[in-house]
Amino acid sequence: MTTSSEDVLLQMGEVRYKKGDGTLYVMNERLAWMAEHRDTVTVSHRYADIKTQKISPEGKPKVQLQVVLHDGNTSTFHFVNRQGTPAMLADRDKVKELLQQLLPNFKRKVDKDLEDKNRILVENPNLLQLYKDLVITKVLTSDEFWNTHVKDHALKKLFKNQEIGVSGAFLADIKPQTDGCNGLKYNLTADVIHCIFKTYPAVKRKHAENVPSKMPESEFWTKFFQSHYFHRDRLTAGTKDIFTECGKIDDHALKAAVQQGAGDPLLDLKKFEDVPLEEGFGSVSGDRNVVNSGNIVHQNMIKRFNQHSIMVLKTCTNVRAPAAGATNGSDVANGPLGASAYTNGKSSSSGASTSKHQATESVQKNPDEPQLKKQRLIEKIHYSDLGDPIIDVDAMDRDTMKMAQLDPSKVERYLNGPTQHHMYDNQNDLLNLDDCQYKLIRNSENWLNRNASRSVITSKAAVNALGELSPGGILMRGFQEQSAGQLVPSDYHRELRHLYLSLLELLKHFWKCFPPTTDEREAKIQRMHETLQRFKMAKLQPFENRAMHEISPLRTSLTHHMNKLLRTSNTKYVTWKDRKLRNNR
Amino acid sequence: MKLSVDGLLVYFPYEYIYPEQYAYMLELKRSLDAKGHCLLEMPSGTGKTATLLSLIVAYMIEHPETIRKLIYCSRTVPEIEKVIAELQNLMVYYERHSDNPPAMTGLVLSSRKNMCIHPEVSKEREGKAVDGKCYGLTASYVRDRHEMDAETPICQYFEGFSLEGKEAALPVGIYSIDDMKEFGRSRNWCPYFMARHAIAHAHIVVYSYHYLLDPKIAQVVSKEMSRESCVVFDEAHNIDNVCIDSMSVKINRRTVERSTNALNQLTKLVQEIREEDTNRLNEEYQRMVQGLKDATVQRDTDMILANPVLPNDVLTEVVPGNIRNADHFLSFLRRFIEYIKTRLRVHHVVQESSAGFLKDISSKICIERKPLRFCAERLSSLLRTLEITDLTEFGALTLITHFATLVSTYTKGFTIIIEPFDDKTPTVSNPILYFSCMDSSIAMAPVFSRFQTVVITSGTLSPMDMYPKILDFDPVVMSSFTMTLARPCLLPMIVSKGNDQVAISSKFETREDTAVIRNYGQLLVEVAKTVPDGVVCFFTSYLYLESVVASWYDQGIVDTLLRYKLLFIETQDNAETSYALMNYVKACDCGRGAVLLAVARGKVSEGVDFDHHYGRAVLMFGIPYVYTQSRILKARLDYLRDQFQIRENDFLTFDAMRHAAQCVGRALRGKTDYGIMIFADKRFSRQDKRSRLPKWIQEHLVDSFCNLSTEEAVQLARRWLRRMAQPFTREDQLGISLLTLAQLETMEHEKLERQAQGKEGVGGEVQEL
Repeated sequence: MTTSSEDVLLQMGEVRYKKGDGTLYVMNERLAWMAEHRDTVTVSHRYADIKTQKISPEGKPKVQLQVVLHDGNTSTFHFVNRQGTPAMLADRDKVKELLQQLLPNFKRKVDKDLEDKNRILVENPNLLQLYKDLVITKVLTSDEFWNTHVKDHALKKLFKNQEIGVSGAFLADIKPQTDGCNGLKYNLTADVIHCIFKTYPAVKRKHAENVPSKMPESEFWTKFFQSHYFHRDRLTAGTKDIFTECGKIDDHALKAAVQQGAGDPLLDLKKFEDVPLEEGFGSVSGDRNVVNSGNIVHQNMIKRFNQHSIMVLKTCTNVRAPAAGATNGSDVANGPLGASAYTNGKSSSSGASTSKHQATESVQKNPDEPQLKKQRLIEKIHYSDLGDPIIDVDAMDRDTMKMAQLDPSKVERYLNGPTQHHMYDNQNDLLNLDDCQYKLIRNSENWLNRNASRSVITSKAAVNALGELSPGGILMRGFQEQSAGQLVPSDYHRELRHLYLSLLELLKHFWKCFPPTTDEREAKIQRMHETLQRFKMAKLQPFENRAMHEISPLRTSLTHHMNKLLRTSNTKYVTWKDRKLRNNR
Repeated sequence: MKLSVDGLLVYFPYEYIYPEQYAYMLELKRSLDAKGHCLLEMPSGTGKTATLLSLIVAYMIEHPETIRKLIYCSRTVPEIEKVIAELQNLMVYYERHSDNPPAMTGLVLSSRKNMCIHPEVSKEREGKAVDGKCYGLTASYVRDRHEMDAETPICQYFEGFSLEGKEAALPVGIYSIDDMKEFGRSRNWCPYFMARHAIAHAHIVVYSYHYLLDPKIAQVVSKEMSRESCVVFDEAHNIDNVCIDSMSVKINRRTVERSTNALNQLTKLVQEIREEDTNRLNEEYQRMVQGLKDATVQRDTDMILANPVLPNDVLTEVVPGNIRNADHFLSFLRRFIEYIKTRLRVHHVVQESSAGFLKDISSKICIERKPLRFCAERLSSLLRTLEITDLTEFGALTLITHFATLVSTYTKGFTIIIEPFDDKTPTVSNPILYFSCMDSSIAMAPVFSRFQTVVITSGTLSPMDMYPKILDFDPVVMSSFTMTLARPCLLPMIVSKGNDQVAISSKFETREDTAVIRNYGQLLVEVAKTVPDGVVCFFTSYLYLESVVASWYDQGIVDTLLRYKLLFIETQDNAETSYALMNYVKACDCGRGAVLLAVARGKVSEGVDFDHHYGRAVLMFGIPYVYTQSRILKARLDYLRDQFQIRENDFLTFDAMRHAAQCVGRALRGKTDYGIMIFADKRFSRQDKRSRLPKWIQEHLVDSFCNLSTEEAVQLARRWLRRMAQPFTREDQLGISLLTLAQLETMEHEKLERQAQGKEGVGGEVQEL
């Protein structure tokens, strides 16, 4: 029947593929399907090509099995046993289980590591070039390359992936639909589940506890949809539900956080009243608010809305916490809640027991609370248009001390200074610019009053200076090399750039080892030195030779700087070596 | 800058000044010159505190004989701390720019809860617990006992203070609460008693309203203030309620039960003491005979037992004979409590005057008016004699004696209402006796008569003619200032109908109408969609808030709202609300944006500022009328009508509108700030409501903004927001809403010239500035 001599492990009749009836064969090395009354195989997939198999969910009228290939194609087989659904299911499960056993054997043993490395190289042309220049030419061994030169890069990459935020209305986005008869269908997506887990850690824990062992996934979510999380107007008390406990945990966490206080003296309503009226005093004419409605459902609902918003907010502050410190103090309009408040909020997310512990800790008063309060007050009395208040000198000092630690997020920008574009974009800068302008105008007013005799520079000297600044002048010597750049053919240009790239990378690591405090470092110096020498022999000298032949006028000037760099490092190495020898002696 | 205000050199600690600040200074100076009281309204966020302080301090330096002391009263602790920060700022300015800086002392007095530095006592969170514990460590007899027996715990800080602190004066400077604590720790002095002691000598005192208005406290704390003082009530829009609250008493069945228990305990104690040591009781009796004004040493620490009575003649009298003996007094009290108990046994509402009550009590149980007046004083004396340190159990009994004293002292302006049950639950018997003060001028009168100048100021005092009436005083200056603006940074709008043209209103008939609630919801959703960052909504009452939120949840409005912003709601629990508020602020800070639902007259509406991005829009859902069915309110309205010729409706509208203005005013805290104010009720567009808004809001509320639908309002808001989001620099403001010294001088000059030519009347000044 089959064209090959493979063993047929399982033969399953009554399987439909693309509306045609036929038979499915599970063989040693592949999966095949043949239409009825034909003798050629229509579908044939090698197991090695199959990525996964999928099955239709339970309860669906069609019983199907789908194989997904590595190239993204899929084939769907529909089981149509005449004896009814149970038989179809039985058929399908047989195939499924067999495939489950077979597929792992054929899984391509793709080295994950290698794949990663490949990806990194593809994503970073610079690294790829380095790899080509250094590893392929055997200046460096492959291991060394990955361990020393790419490590930082890979690490940076790891932290870059951005967290996806949680929408406030993620529960509302699960729109229930009626499923024809008297039932409701909820569409849960992976995103929504992620959101739920992130916002309600208690639910996540419950899920981890219950799902594989005590109940299936679907039941868990059904229960979730019946719980108070989804129906805010339901009371938790009384019902024997796994989520009742979740509710209690959440309440505990909230209570602990509430106990901890608002953190900001201007927002803490409890501390507003200085001398509370004595018990029994006070009139009731105005205090309709005190009257309790007694509607527990409504009150609970309001509490849950608050809780929900707080939880959602917490998911994003957790991510943001490290960044908050950096922005603090740079922008007045950005608001008074500084880093401290963020960290405050962060601490309370971790479960009831720990937050209770923290709550007791925080009862001991924060030592710099008065300072913090003072700063808040000064911010409050600050009117940005009236001019700065005077007393915040000490506060400013602290701020500058905090700012003294430089942490440029974009190094290039720091080195190059702000570009034109940014200057106009930023309102603060604009203000400064205006200030500058104002000062300039003020200064220039004085200029007019000056006598001609006190002019800054004589005209003769000015002409001289101009002369020196023109091409050919003393001050323009360095300019030649740049113009020489035009003489160099483009391929040399490129190669030169690659050389620089590699050399600088190597030198970076060489210089990083100084001062050599540990043996490890010393070994590394030794190694790096050798590498540099190799680089010189393998890359630089051939290039020089070629350059000598082809673009003789420039010759050494091209590699002059590189040689100098190498020489410097060499000298450094030699002196270090000498000193070491002397010391050893 | 140093500027001259009508010939007075004022140091103003900023580089620039708002025109209205200058105008405010002029008016303030005029009333200081006239030695009279004044009523000034200036929009929030125009630097009222800085203005007040710099002018009055300058005045005190220039005319030390006219104004010796500044008493600055504010309402909440944060407000008080802000005032001190401003004051510190001003003094630093004086130091840097003045040749001989003034040697002025300024300090805060706050409750023990905020000032205590005792390692154990200060851990208590409840104010009352701190007071009680402190009393237990510092009362005179506790200290006496300590001298006999070193085991008795006392407070080292208080001892330190009483040893050295009373003679030494506080070094010159401005002390915030934290500074006081710091100083107290360094010297081993109790900051609270140091402050109590120092306010008699300090030039500037900053404290809460209660220290001046609550007769119980004022009597002890503020009695030695000289007449040549200037008293400032900041944020005074609610001052009448503070006055009333401090003199109204509520007694229910539990109070009576507790006081009976306390009384039994006292009787037992008296018995025991008699067996041990009759001397003590005899001594007390002797003291009574001589008159109550005995050693003031004791009074220092015994503030909690103060007497609620004001009239001085009462205190100089001798305690009547029939309550001098401890046993007699206790049985006297027992009879009085029994009487109250019978009075609580009613089946219908009773309302009577104090005089009627006194007559009834004398005919039924033969208690005269005179001994009743001394009840509070007598009880405190007894508690002192019995050396009771833990006063928490005697709270109810103290309340009853206070009631006795109040009811026998004041015959006018008070009413007694006994309600057998709550209106909502007519079947459950829960009798309450309300002794309610209806006249806010009673507590205010001594302040007005005692001090030379009283300044009543706030951002929202409109309509201003109401305050002189209800507080019963004659202001020499009464002014409302607007806000000069270089750009229209507030956008008040009255939304009277939803998109479906259904009129929206919180009036009783339509309040629960789903269409109205839905329209409110849609308005909020639209605003949340359009306005960046924070949005604050105020409801008329907490009950209404609850029911609206519930309907919004059913209608799916909450879900839609959550799509745009996070939702936070004020609850009746302060701690919970504080936490929600903190998260609201956090949500605004991180750019996520949030909606806060709060209640007018609630804590949030009174004390929290939503400046800049914390409140870009404020919505007022409905008019925040008080609960008009309350009998106490009705009694007060009647009283106001009879005594001050204030019509019921006028007062109710006045009260509602000042709260509405207070709510929406929360959003705007400065000229660089901007915010939308939406009044969502059809009734706001009526002239009688509109005209009662503060002038600075009314000015921007043009006729075309008074009858908008949701859609129209959102359109307007969108356009306006785009305009407001443009960069706004100091240069844009200069000359219009912000002045340099030079500009101020030229303006002043021009004005004088014009006046000389007779073109402009004096009255036009304020408007023009």
